[in-house]
Amino acid sequence: MEIIQHLLDGFLIALTPLNLAVVVVGVVVGLFIGAMPGLGSVNGVAILLPMTFLVPPTSAIIFLAALYYGAMYGGAISSIMLGIPGASTAVATTFDGRPMALKGEADKALVGAALASFFGGTLSILLFTGFAPPLASIALDFGDPEIFALMLLAFATFVGLSGDDIPKTIFSICIGLVFSAVGLDIMSGEPRLVFFDVIGFMHGINFLVLAIGIYGIGEMLWTIEITRGESAMSKAVFSLRRILGVLKELLGTWKVATTGSLLGFFVGILPAAGATPGSLMAYGVAKMTSKNPANFGKGEIAGVVAPEAANNAASTGAMLPMLTLGIPGSPTTAILLGGMVIWGMVPGPTLFVDETKFVWGLIASLYVANVFAVLINIFFIPVFLWMLKMPFTILAPVIFVLSLVGGFAPTQSMHDVWLMLAFGIGGYLMRKLDYPMAPAVLAIVLGPIAEPALRQSLLISNGDVSVFVTRPIAGPITIIALVLLFLPLLKLIYDKVKNRKAGGAA
Amino acid sequence: MRRAEIVTAVLMAALSIYFMWKSAELPIGWIPNEGPGGGAFSFWLSVAMLGCCVLTMINWVRRTTPPSQSTEPFMDGFARNKFVLVGGGVTVMIGLVQVIGMYGAIPLFLLYYIRFLGRHSWLVSLAISLGAPVAVFFFFDVALRIVLPKGYLEPLFYPLYDIFL
Repeated sequence: MEIIQHLLDGFLIALTPLNLAVVVVGVVVGLFIGAMPGLGSVNGVAILLPMTFLVPPTSAIIFLAALYYGAMYGGAISSIMLGIPGASTAVATTFDGRPMALKGEADKALVGAALASFFGGTLSILLFTGFAPPLASIALDFGDPEIFALMLLAFATFVGLSGDDIPKTIFSICIGLVFSAVGLDIMSGEPRLVFFDVIGFMHGINFLVLAIGIYGIGEMLWTIEITRGESAMSKAVFSLRRILGVLKELLGTWKVATTGSLLGFFVGILPAAGATPGSLMAYGVAKMTSKNPANFGKGEIAGVVAPEAANNAASTGAMLPMLTLGIPGSPTTAILLGGMVIWGMVPGPTLFVDETKFVWGLIASLYVANVFAVLINIFFIPVFLWMLKMPFTILAPVIFVLSLVGGFAPTQSMHDVWLMLAFGIGGYLMRKLDYPMAPAVLAIVLGPIAEPALRQSLLISNGDVSVFVTRPIAGPITIIALVLLFLPLLKLIYDKVKNRKAGGAA
Repeated sequence: MRRAEIVTAVLMAALSIYFMWKSAELPIGWIPNEGPGGGAFSFWLSVAMLGCCVLTMINWVRRTTPPSQSTEPFMDGFARNKFVLVGGGVTVMIGLVQVIGMYGAIPLFLLYYIRFLGRHSWLVSLAISLGAPVAVFFFFDVALRIVLPKGYLEPLFYPLYDIFL
């Protein structure tokens, strides 16, 4: 009952005129960003975070969360109409969305995607509302060893589950953590890692400098290289009668939508997984459990419903550990977490005690954002289709300019702008060589929390690292983290042994 | 691609060693009653970075990763061309901010990109190049009170400051 009371209080905050306006603007901007190929929620949140200094912190984060949501809806639009995923999270939507559009069923696919997103979003927010308060109250008892163990787990998921090149993933994590250590040592107060004795490094490296560099400048350079040719847009015909017909067909996909949402939510909680693998898995499961799997890939509505329900559910899932444990479940929530620090909040379980209004206002605004996202999405489909015609040669320079002013605004130093450019270009070149970027962004946000937690833990235990395995909560978390870290190695050994056996038998 | 892979790995290994050396300016060992020294965290992370670079090099020698097998160029003509034109443009824009400020550099960059790289009409190019700085001015300088650098163009803004700030 307490939860319902909190939620009602939250709605009073979410429904104030300013926050309502912020949700609508956030959803519209998110839909647009999600729909534009080359821009996803993470790019939008990174580039626009400095612009939110205009409104109070609660409204700012509500805006960014609404944008996150909107982008999950929007990704489907270009997946279906252009056959290019608007964001990586909508890759699975192209599999059946594009064939549907080519068959002249674009309207069906678009409406199906929007309603599936709404379903996935709503179901996951309900789960979120139920899970978050108990999880936060358990987490309240966490000490430094538990916090560090959780950080280790977050990074271990990248090594064990992301499927990227492992040395390069670990490299990315470590370099992000080292960047987070630049500036003053919080414990001794001494300056450290002042590279080449440049004074600008004395104030540390703001996470936004890295995030905007990678997701603004680097991403644009990447997209310019990848999308060489022109894309062809499908035609969409709309009429009320056709939409009503779609609704009937969609009712039959509720099972697929439910499994997709559940899968998305729980995969979304993991920092390394998130919406992209969540939606791919949902697509796979939908195909596997379908009565006629042969139709998948040829324009089956269930193939659009499953990934779209999953990617929206995953975006809510990613917020669960961010709000309750202070560990972001995705790069986008990592940037939200960094924003919360800028706004003077202490991320972690104490939020539910110290910032009750903020937390419940945000949760209630997710419900509101979801309703607006589905309404705006369906009624303004023609507008988004028109906007998709915007040439990239206009969008890209505007993004570069936004990155420039966005990189300058938080610290107001040109040093940071140059650093942002270096990160952008370096990130683009290294991405071409399969260096993953998300771990570094997560690391630079988590570094300032992980380092003191590690040092305090070691101080308590007098340098004995067994403190991470012997405590009742930290222990299991650390062990899972270690298993994940060594999973690739174990797999390698297993494959070797199997190969040898197979070789011996032959 | 293969050459780029090894060059990057060597460069990053050098960077790791530099980070290690830089971290070691602070104590990296155990300080009694204080715990690990201020440089320890970044020092051991840099050691791990170096280890990862060595593993990448081993993978390169054994040709086990996609970039170390690839025979494609790291950047073909198209990519290099775009990289120089776009990346160079952004670099020049940031350099110009130091001289003629945001409000000089932004319109020039937009005009360069939209008109000359994008080949859009003069009307579209000029409308965006001139509209964007106005929007930025009202958003940052006026609404957020974040004064963006103006460089040598600062005097031109005095009358605007009188009206809006």
